Amino acid sequence: MNKSILIACLLSVSLCLHAAIETYQFDSPEQEARFRQLGYELRCPKCQNQAIGDSDAEISGDLRAEVYRMLKDGATDDEIKEFMVARYGRYVLYNPPLDKHTLILWFGPAVLLILGGIFVGLRIRQSKKALEAGESQT
Amino acid sequence: MNRLMVWLPLGIFAILVGFFFKGLSLDPNEQPSALIGQPVPVFELTDLMTGERLTREQLPRQPFLLNVWASWCITCQVEHPYLTQLSKQMPVVGLNYKDTETAAKNWLAKLGDPYALQIFDPTGRLGLDLGVAGAPETFLVDSNGVIHLRIQGEVNDRVYAKKIQPVLETIQ
Amino acid sequence: MIPEIGHFALVLAFAVSICLAVFPLYGYLTSQDGFCATAKPLALLQGFALAVSFGVLMYGFLTHDFSVKYVADNSNLDLPWHFRMSAVWGAHEGSLLLWALILAFWGVAVALFSRGIPDHMSALVLSVMGMISVGFLAFMLFTSNPFVRILPFAPGNGADLNPLLQDPGLIFHPPMLYMGYVGLSVAFAFAMASLISGQLDATWARWSRPWTTVAWAFLTLGIALGSWWAYYELGWGGWWFWDPVENASLIPWLVATALMHSLAVTEKRGLFRSWTLLLAIAAFSLSLLGTFLVRSGVLTSVHAFANDPERGVFILGFLVVVIGGSLTLYALRAGKVSEPGEFAWISRESFLLFNNLVLTVMAVSVLLGTLYPLLVDAVGGGKVSVGPPFFNAVFVPLTAILVSGMAFGPLAKWRKSDDPKLYRPLIVTLIVSVLVGLGWPSLLAGSYSIGTAIGVTLALWLAIATVVDFQKKVGLYGGLATTLARVEKGMIGMWFAHFGLAVMILGVVMVENHTEHRDLRMGVGDAQRLGNYDVRMTDLAVINGPNYVADQATFEIYEDDQLFKTVTPQKRRYNASGMVMTEASIDSGLTRDLYIAMGEPLGDGDWAVRLSVKPFVDWIWAGAFLMGLGGFISITDRRYRQKFEVKKGEASGEEVPA
Repeated sequence: MNKSILIACLLSVSLCLHAAIETYQFDSPEQEARFRQLGYELRCPKCQNQAIGDSDAEISGDLRAEVYRMLKDGATDDEIKEFMVARYGRYVLYNPPLDKHTLILWFGPAVLLILGGIFVGLRIRQSKKALEAGESQT
Repeated sequence: MNRLMVWLPLGIFAILVGFFFKGLSLDPNEQPSALIGQPVPVFELTDLMTGERLTREQLPRQPFLLNVWASWCITCQVEHPYLTQLSKQMPVVGLNYKDTETAAKNWLAKLGDPYALQIFDPTGRLGLDLGVAGAPETFLVDSNGVIHLRIQGEVNDRVYAKKIQPVLETIQ
Repeated sequence: MIPEIGHFALVLAFAVSICLAVFPLYGYLTSQDGFCATAKPLALLQGFALAVSFGVLMYGFLTHDFSVKYVADNSNLDLPWHFRMSAVWGAHEGSLLLWALILAFWGVAVALFSRGIPDHMSALVLSVMGMISVGFLAFMLFTSNPFVRILPFAPGNGADLNPLLQDPGLIFHPPMLYMGYVGLSVAFAFAMASLISGQLDATWARWSRPWTTVAWAFLTLGIALGSWWAYYELGWGGWWFWDPVENASLIPWLVATALMHSLAVTEKRGLFRSWTLLLAIAAFSLSLLGTFLVRSGVLTSVHAFANDPERGVFILGFLVVVIGGSLTLYALRAGKVSEPGEFAWISRESFLLFNNLVLTVMAVSVLLGTLYPLLVDAVGGGKVSVGPPFFNAVFVPLTAILVSGMAFGPLAKWRKSDDPKLYRPLIVTLIVSVLVGLGWPSLLAGSYSIGTAIGVTLALWLAIATVVDFQKKVGLYGGLATTLARVEKGMIGMWFAHFGLAVMILGVVMVENHTEHRDLRMGVGDAQRLGNYDVRMTDLAVINGPNYVADQATFEIYEDDQLFKTVTPQKRRYNASGMVMTEASIDSGLTRDLYIAMGEPLGDGDWAVRLSVKPFVDWIWAGAFLMGLGGFISITDRRYRQKFEVKKGEASGEEVPA
């Protein structure tokens, strides 16, 4: 891989935007699918906002190689993610696990939908009463 | 109820503004190392200069800087004079990262070799275990071999004064 | 000398915008018509000044005036002329100028097309737009001036435009997107004007409805163009990345979509007035917030603030004034509107409330995910990333909920709509869509995908329900021609938009679940089977472009041993920046794209090559195009061209003293 690309990335933490295309051989389509999924969930620690599966930064290539090696050695997805977190921190997880820091993130939308639903429900009930009142008058 | 609810958007916005104001002083790209408070990982590599076997037992027994560098890294050249100067105060251990022996040696011959030790890591294995994302990176390690700080990018007097020195004072 | 004319025009525009912000408002508050009457001429003058300023900057690019720093940073002697034009908005300063120009353009449009609106109202609207303009132009002049010169030693050549942006997509994407973003300022200004005047009945909704719809249509097309550009230019074949930049456009889009629907209720029934006002404020506020957050680096980038804290504080101050000010006014005025209205559980009002609920939750969720890393960091929780897995997990089920309801809304009647006969056509719709949806994945290669079955069912459910509604209207009006002539154009627009969404969903479901994708080592003479095609690499060559050198591979694609097509993907290295770009070759088709991109050279003349078959991917953008088209059709309605009249008591209007 081209060193000058890496340097460009390092100097500016810029977008290293070109396809990460490699020719790994897999034991099975399932393994390949897992490789892709991990490439999509792990974040490149040096790029602006890219998964390692999409990034052509040198570090992403290294991390993909590591993911590939671990997959071949029979590691589970969780083991691979733990390995990465131990070295690069939670930052590398695009799919942050549920913990005290991500409670609002993961439950926020559902809570909002329920609260909003209750609010809308109350609102409609009010209007329905007004409708019935209006109908009974006429 | 309606009269109170209409203030809610403003309240939410006010809270967001507070966060944004805090965010102005935060750098979204700064990543503290995941290895803070942990020992330097186990490794078994060679010394670039002597070719002898190197393990973490041979690291200095006093606070030192572990500088990740490579001959292909431009910023490393920029910070090299400063590291050379710094090496008079405290040991600087080099981690030659994903480089070739010849290129690395030529680079040191040209620019000078201030390093107390020079770990040769051509595959980047130790770099990966250290959570290195690229060169240069510099770790501050205490006398027990525990990592206290990681600097991504250039080390200069500003970075030293602002980041390294405060931590160094606590571990000396 | 010429750049100074542009600079002067910018300063003039700034001065004019201050007058525009102050005079009409003063005129309104003191009931002096003379001051109100300045609004339209000032809006026109501001538009003219910014057009001059923009024209001068473009002239600088076209004539290679590298004494202008912005030109030197973003252009090059070798850059083709059409990219020199789009380079005007290729970086921070210039894109702000485009923003300001478009804002002024919308102001001109309001000035010209608001003859039916009472003068004091259009004066207030233009005044509010003038205030926004003041903020923007001040930001430009004090922190991001595109006319800064490098004198006396101008460089002989420029640093070149970012190669990513050297693409026809970039010529159209930002202007379209900004037309949408900034267009939302009109609805915002109408909302503010009605809050200032205290005239909170439904009339403002009728006035701002066409403006909102047209801004929404531009935003839709702008986002779609951006997605399409990312698909073929970024080089790995994705079409949406949940990047903060993209989210910053999606969030206002979602809110604007909610606003369009809510405006319909407010206009027709005089209901949800305070909610509609809030949506109008939120849609534009979020587009401001998004533009600024992204442009200034709080979320994404590189030490922008460490180097230039002034810029960040300025931006935040501007947001506080505009958004904080409008929300305060909202809280003070809108609380007095009480409006239970009269409608039943099952009614068009209820369905539209449901629509607004889901769209709002979607928008807030995307905002939450986008801001979350900042929020956690600010409370000392360290660095977390929120990426596509989160957004998909939240967005996909919400879309499913939304689409399930979308079939009912158009069939339902206002007030009360619990007659089961109305919904009878949906029984057939349900049966057909479920049967076809469940059957669909078994026609495809590979294992059965439940996700595809559900997705296709939803897409069909929406598409068929839309057609059913259309047919019903045709039956009602007696014939296609009379229907198209007599039905409200907004209705036709809705059919297009809803059908477009169905088309888009089908595309998304297919490309996400059934993309065939292989990364291979290939050299000249190698052949690979890809779907129903054989792909053979026949040549490798080095090509000299105007400002780049490219490795170009030639692939012949065979279908049943017949040569179907020859394509030439490239790997380009741009001379000025040294940046490497992948130019993928895409053969687009109705049911699939063939996607071929070059990776890295692997030695011995072999290259890593990516071959993909992307089923129905173009349906995503076709669907978005139909949606945008629907928006433009809506505003051709005759009633928008008639003189608007304030009919007292038509909608349950109540006046709040100003």
